[in-house]
Amino acid sequence: MIRLERRPAPSRLWAALTPALAVFATMIAGGLMFALLGKPPVEAIRTIFWDPLFGEFAFYYRGQLLVKAAPLVLIAIGLSIGFRAGIWNIGAEGQYIIGAILGGGVGLAFYPMTGWYIFPLVVLFGAIGGWAWAMIPALLRVKFNTNEILVSLLLVYVAEQILASMSLGLLRNPDGNGFPGSRNLSAYEATANPELIAGTGAHWGVVAATIAVIFAYILMTRHVLGFQIKVSGEAPRAARFSGVNPDRLVIFCLGISGALAGLAGLFELTGPAGQISIDFNQGYGFTAIIVAFLGRLHPVGILLAGLLIALTYIGGEAAQTNLGLPSASIDAFQGMLLFFLLAMDTLSNFRIRFGRAKVA
Amino acid sequence: MTTEDSTAHSTALLTLEGLTKAYPGVVANDDVSFAIQPGEVHALLGENGAGKSTLVKMIYGLVAPDAGRMIFKGAPYAPAEPRAARAAGVAMVFQHFSLFEALSVAENIALGMEHPPRMRDLAARIRDVSEAYGLPLDPFRVVGDLSAGERQRVEIIRCLLQNPQLLIMDEPTSVLTPQEVDILFKTLEKLKIEGTSILYISHKLEEIRRLCDAATVLRLGKKIATCNPQEETARAMAEMMVGTVLQVPERKAHDEGPVALSIRELSLPAPSEFGTALKDISLEVRKGEVLGIGGVAGNGQDELTAALSGEQLSPSGSVFIRNDDLSTAGPAQRRAAGLLVAPEERLGHAAAPAMSLIENALLTGRTREGLARSGLINWTKSGSFADAIIARFDVRTPSARVAARSLSGGNLQKFVIGREIMQRPDVLVVNQPTWGVDASAAAAIRQALLDLAAKGAAVVVISQDLDELMEICDRFCALNEGRLSAPVPAAGLTVEQIGLMLGGAHDMHEATA
Repeated sequence: MIRLERRPAPSRLWAALTPALAVFATMIAGGLMFALLGKPPVEAIRTIFWDPLFGEFAFYYRGQLLVKAAPLVLIAIGLSIGFRAGIWNIGAEGQYIIGAILGGGVGLAFYPMTGWYIFPLVVLFGAIGGWAWAMIPALLRVKFNTNEILVSLLLVYVAEQILASMSLGLLRNPDGNGFPGSRNLSAYEATANPELIAGTGAHWGVVAATIAVIFAYILMTRHVLGFQIKVSGEAPRAARFSGVNPDRLVIFCLGISGALAGLAGLFELTGPAGQISIDFNQGYGFTAIIVAFLGRLHPVGILLAGLLIALTYIGGEAAQTNLGLPSASIDAFQGMLLFFLLAMDTLSNFRIRFGRAKVA
Repeated sequence: MTTEDSTAHSTALLTLEGLTKAYPGVVANDDVSFAIQPGEVHALLGENGAGKSTLVKMIYGLVAPDAGRMIFKGAPYAPAEPRAARAAGVAMVFQHFSLFEALSVAENIALGMEHPPRMRDLAARIRDVSEAYGLPLDPFRVVGDLSAGERQRVEIIRCLLQNPQLLIMDEPTSVLTPQEVDILFKTLEKLKIEGTSILYISHKLEEIRRLCDAATVLRLGKKIATCNPQEETARAMAEMMVGTVLQVPERKAHDEGPVALSIRELSLPAPSEFGTALKDISLEVRKGEVLGIGGVAGNGQDELTAALSGEQLSPSGSVFIRNDDLSTAGPAQRRAAGLLVAPEERLGHAAAPAMSLIENALLTGRTREGLARSGLINWTKSGSFADAIIARFDVRTPSARVAARSLSGGNLQKFVIGREIMQRPDVLVVNQPTWGVDASAAAAIRQALLDLAAKGAAVVVISQDLDELMEICDRFCALNEGRLSAPVPAAGLTVEQIGLMLGGAHDMHEATA
């Protein structure tokens, strides 16, 4: 029989090394998968990890890196705060959609006016949209003790239905010749979220993600609220004893992660995506869960993890076009990354024992 | 076996020779040897972590020794599993019962048997055995309805049905009222007369002096001595157990102060299916006074503690500090008002196990020690608060940065109680302050509580340990099934009076043989 035995003191060195090891193991296993698909493994790995940064077309890909990383980091930062407290918001994808719809809807209501105040207002309503969508699982949990994992996840599918209905109905572009999808918000000057520094891909979402990282760092290391979040995750009874109100914490954690997801959706809508359409959401809300764990729920770790996952997105697309890899293999690749990370994590906390169990 | 051995131990029922068992980082038993004679009640005495449990587990076949051997009834004995031990004639009553609450007594007993007889026959046997040993028990009652003492009887009868020659009992009296202890001791004496040997694990010295013929003292895994407890004083045995001279807590005379804490007709429904409802509880504690609340665990102790700490809010007009109604105030507000609490469960309730002592100092010290300003934590100040607790309460730890769970029970308890005392409470409520704590740490904690009262704080001690309450309390009251008796002065109370206050023996005494 194989058993896992808790190590008396997990090594700090290993804890720090596991993310790097997980990436390395993913490269090997991914390479094997590509080889089995009949693609040259080394070239595929190079196309995914090397070319976007240092290859011939790196000038294009590097900008894409920040564009992809910004929403991932923004969402993952919010999720990590809740995860630290043991509050599991799995529905960031839905909050991302509703944030984009509400913020975008407010922007479209002003069309074709101009004014400096419109963009901040649109951003604010993007955050409110995500926040409000996250309040549904929060209030249901506080009032009726429902499971926020299930409720937030199922609300993603509700949000997708709303998105489809909006693109076909209420928010459809009146000048769009009947095609589904809203007006292009990135082409409408008052709501556009442009590239701030040419060639970097940095739009307002990148700025927001950077600020979120800094604020999350201060919150978790220096602020009483961050301390209460950590205690609640570690020892809920001790948290209650110290005076933490668990209901308020649920509302705060789901609220902040919803608002950040809504912001991510809004910046995506007014920037790279442009319009509200049926296929507006790209799965950032789910990938951000991987990012949060890959970054060990630490703000700086999440920043690095967001960049890494963005790289696999971009490199994956490049590999798709250049080598003809199926798009599902990129999803499998990201899945492997999470799998190896969790496996390495387990092994750094436990050791494997073979043989008959002895009661100690 | 050599001839020398067989002559030396020919009379002994069980002989242990050089038993050694090491776990990573600690030697739980180091070359332990002693013998148990037929019909002897042999005490195994030691502090927490002295190696009592490991030794017993080796005898019962749960753990295999690294070195040494055992001889049972003149033959080598090395049980590979508890089943082998039971087949050889060794039975054990564990401290924590393994009973299914939803099943009847007979069904529970049948579950532990290899070849259970028909239910009717088994019920008849249970009745026979229970009557023969003065432990009346209805085989068809559901275990969930039984008191702790009655549940223990189920476990004892389960063992007696096997006709064991050696019965191991692990801390059997920790859940019993004094009257229930009397019943148990009569049963054990009867077993002894019939020739059954009993290995009796305890740290209650008076009990051991009353019941046992021999006592083996363990300290840090080593056998210190085997002595005759009737010839030793309790204090001498305690000092053998601890290895140092114990200090008896000192009490200073004090004047009666004004009322600091009052509870007025507090009733609360049970927080969960397995909780206890609090019924019409009223009490007053004065400044400088130590009030003891005795009772067997599960009679509302945790619920009362939560109602005082603010984890459970009360209807307004029921909990007062001085004249301020704090019934609907949460834990933080109550702390600010001077009401501090140290709950029973150290790990996970009073302290967060994986967090450092600095973080745990911040956990309750934030408001009164000013460890955070406008929401920002002052880690330097939190660190020096943690260091101050460690220094003043002699908490043995390499530094304040280690995780709470790496401390021993006694050290963490000193830290947790020290953390509250250092905040100069007006009222301090402690639940089971010395539960699972070694004797020297327990003495230090009791002394600290008395010192706090001497400085004018009101102290409420909720405890199962009646000796402890008698040692430090000015007044005593009993908590039984969620009701609190009227307090009486502690001086001059007898064990019988206390037992009656605790609700007697839960309707068991009339059936005593």
